[in-house]
Amino acid sequence: MKPILPILILILVLFSPALAHEFSGEISAEARLFVNDALQPGQKDRSSSLKFQGEYTHQFEGGSVVNFVPFFRQDSADSRRTHFDLREMNFVWVKDDFELRLGVGKVFWGVAEFQHLVDVINQTDLVENLDSEDKLGQPMVNLSLARDWGTVDLFLLPYFRERTFPGEGGRLRFGQVVDTDDPVFESGARQWRQDWAVRYSHVIGDWDFGLYHFMGTNRDPSFIQGTDDEGKPAIFPFYETINQTGLDVSLVQGSMLWKLEGLHRAGQGDRDYVAWTGGFEYTFFGILDSGVDLGVIGEWLYDDRGSFALTPFENDVGTGLRMAFNDVQSTEFLLGWTQDVESPARLVFVEFSRRLGDNFKLNVETRLFLSQPENDFLFSVRDDDLIQLEIEYHF
Amino acid sequence: MKAFVVALTLFAVLAAQLAVAETPEEKGLAIAVEKDRRDNGFGDFTAEMTMVLRNRHGQESRREMRNKTLEVLDDGDKSLVIFDRPRDVKGTALLNITHKTGLDDQWLFLPALRRVKRISSANKSGSFMGSEFAYEDITSEEVEKYTYKWLRDEAFAGQECFVSERFPTYKNSGYTRQVVWIDKAEYRILKIDYYDRKNSLLKTVLHKEHKKYLDQYWYPDEMFMENRQTGKSTRLSWKKYNFRQGLTDGDFNKNSLKRVR
Repeated sequence: MKPILPILILILVLFSPALAHEFSGEISAEARLFVNDALQPGQKDRSSSLKFQGEYTHQFEGGSVVNFVPFFRQDSADSRRTHFDLREMNFVWVKDDFELRLGVGKVFWGVAEFQHLVDVINQTDLVENLDSEDKLGQPMVNLSLARDWGTVDLFLLPYFRERTFPGEGGRLRFGQVVDTDDPVFESGARQWRQDWAVRYSHVIGDWDFGLYHFMGTNRDPSFIQGTDDEGKPAIFPFYETINQTGLDVSLVQGSMLWKLEGLHRAGQGDRDYVAWTGGFEYTFFGILDSGVDLGVIGEWLYDDRGSFALTPFENDVGTGLRMAFNDVQSTEFLLGWTQDVESPARLVFVEFSRRLGDNFKLNVETRLFLSQPENDFLFSVRDDDLIQLEIEYHF
Repeated sequence: MKAFVVALTLFAVLAAQLAVAETPEEKGLAIAVEKDRRDNGFGDFTAEMTMVLRNRHGQESRREMRNKTLEVLDDGDKSLVIFDRPRDVKGTALLNITHKTGLDDQWLFLPALRRVKRISSANKSGSFMGSEFAYEDITSEEVEKYTYKWLRDEAFAGQECFVSERFPTYKNSGYTRQVVWIDKAEYRILKIDYYDRKNSLLKTVLHKEHKKYLDQYWYPDEMFMENRQTGKSTRLSWKKYNFRQGLTDGDFNKNSLKRVR
């Protein structure tokens, strides 16, 4: 049964009139410098790594698409950050009244900038970056029905991807290394539990909104303290089975974008909880008669589990400034700051990017973890302030 | 009988005067309406766009895009622009549903996150891809977007032209006015002078090498935009026009934006 799909795809690829097929991608070199000495034995103060990501796409005349996106990183400090992933390997069958997506894919839901709360389909590739914007490829069957009254997406997710966690040599982790060899699942089917999701989304005038329900293995694990095979204390990821309902809404009014996303989750921990992120992004276009756009971002991040929340953002205010220079090199600058409302804890980050010539791009990123109190979720990374330099080559 | 002749004569004189009395504003509008009438009915098209950006020192930078456009008869057109070069923005796509009046609806697809983001379309005067073209220079031409005033007739590039001023009626334009040269024979735009918010000459665009498609519609192969204040320029070339590809509304929504490659 299994080989039928790849063979079918191969036949389609070989015998269909191709509109376009293409290979592109990027190779990038990254250096990370940690300002403070490591807190945990084995952790390194600097690291360098190389990343490769390619993308092969083949488009048919009817609009159907096959794509293949392999990813690989080699890291000097953390053996777990050296990893391969199949980010995507999709066949998208496009007809007039439906779209069927088969394979390994990536789906993004949400509207907020400081965290991606309702984005639930793909697992976070946490070793890549703490901002959790890097995702592992998710096996799926997705049927999308676009109608006048909105779009309905049905997802069947036949296999669960476990979250990646930094290893012994990596910074930006708990004091203990998460034991990813022995994850605990609530479902007896473990990774093979058949998860599903359904989402309704629509655009009405200046409003965009989406509402979904997800039932399956929680992408955000809880953690269990225990002992490993050798009797040493260890921390294990615990993947519970949850029911989650999520909503995301945006409203555009001139230069103002209003955003709200929220979720209700049942099945993780003893009680149901809600969490939401809402706010705005206002852009001053062409400030001071230059071509520079200045965006001001304000968001409130809330999780009603309070200090038991498995996130640093249980009650935080995020403010950000985004500058787009709109120059030939597409220079961009982003300053972000999240401040805990109930404690002095704050995170500050700066991201800068600029194209060099036609094919290279420079990214500079810095993250500061300031005034983290002992009970904060990020207490263990309090000394992991970092500066990250990256040069990308795109082909 | 005599009274009838007098009345007829009077009527003719009045009518002639009325005709003569067409104001420059009415004439400017009439030219725009006629141009719009001639441009209507193309249906849809796909095309490839190349932009060569050139700074004062002659350094060049290249952009490549693909464009899909669907004509909407009772409102503004819909368009999808997919970026191919520079490579770091490859796969980025902009969906623009324009309106004859009021703000357009815009979404941006960011391929790294596979994220579709609603964006503000108030940014009319901003640079498109770092070029000398502003967003408002490349979105669909609609009669309602301007008020008009015919200035004079004159020859330009060997063709008899109407020369009219037009004044943006939409908010956030970077221009106080534009002066447009349209040839009398085929109603093609040959040249536009753009005047900035201080009413100084900012940019000039020349539309060159018009070709006729579907035996009826004239499109330029090249638009050369020169910034008269900074000396920078952008040459925008259009290639591989294909008309009436059977595009529908379904090719211009958030779902289709997600699967562009």
